[in-house]
Amino acid sequence: MVPITYYLGLSAVLFVLGIVGVLIRRNAIVIFMSLELMFNSANLAFVAFARYYQTLNGQLFVFFVMTVAAAEVAVGLALMVAIFRSKQTIDVDQLNSLKG
Amino acid sequence: MNLNLILFLFLALVAVVTAVLMLINRNAVYAALFLILNFSSIAVLYLVLGAPFIAFSQVTVYAGAIMILFLFVIMLLGAEKLPTGGNLRWQRPAVIILAAVVLMETAAVLLTKGGSQPPLQTPAANFGNPVDVGMALFTQYSLPFEVTSVILLVALIGAIVLTKKEKRG
Repeated sequence: MVPITYYLGLSAVLFVLGIVGVLIRRNAIVIFMSLELMFNSANLAFVAFARYYQTLNGQLFVFFVMTVAAAEVAVGLALMVAIFRSKQTIDVDQLNSLKG
Repeated sequence: MNLNLILFLFLALVAVVTAVLMLINRNAVYAALFLILNFSSIAVLYLVLGAPFIAFSQVTVYAGAIMILFLFVIMLLGAEKLPTGGNLRWQRPAVIILAAVVLMETAAVLLTKGGSQPPLQTPAANFGNPVDVGMALFTQYSLPFEVTSVILLVALIGAIVLTKKEKRG
């Protein structure tokens, strides 16, 4: 077995890659996918700590994070579809109707 | 260089490489497929960490349901052929530099503070099996469990209401 710092380092790398994806990409669906990458990196840290402390609490938290992430993705993608219906684009730079 | 280290390095490499390929891909469908590969490698990492129930629910829920939903919406909206402009000139290098700074800080903290951690101890034989997870879910975590059912109901209603077409006349 590897030390836990390796898993935490991998979780940090994936989290930073998720943030880079949210900041760089302009397609709203790819921004959503980078968000899911961030969720997964946090889940990895939870499961690693559950293994480190030999309890199941971390894994149960991952279960709830997955459930809430699924609900969020459903509502977010429905929002994307509604936005596309009204503006015919999902490029986030063009979603500036509220701009003063 | 024992087998566990090689396994971890291989899985970590697959996870990071597929994440990077997801980020730099212009086609949204290819990005979604790379993310499915990323989720699968993380699921195998969960298996290595002794969480079989979480590993299989990751494959079922994340790679099997959420990413399929993403692919449906990408193909519904035709997002893979939307044009992307190029007026993000100074933001891309700034993001890369700041991400590198954060990663170096994380590496510094992990190497100094948690530097000499021993390898993870082998847990009990059926650590993280579905029976134990289910027992904890229904006894100790029963309130969050019921609340997630309400959350899913709200998400269901919200998704239907948001995508309903307006009735004319």
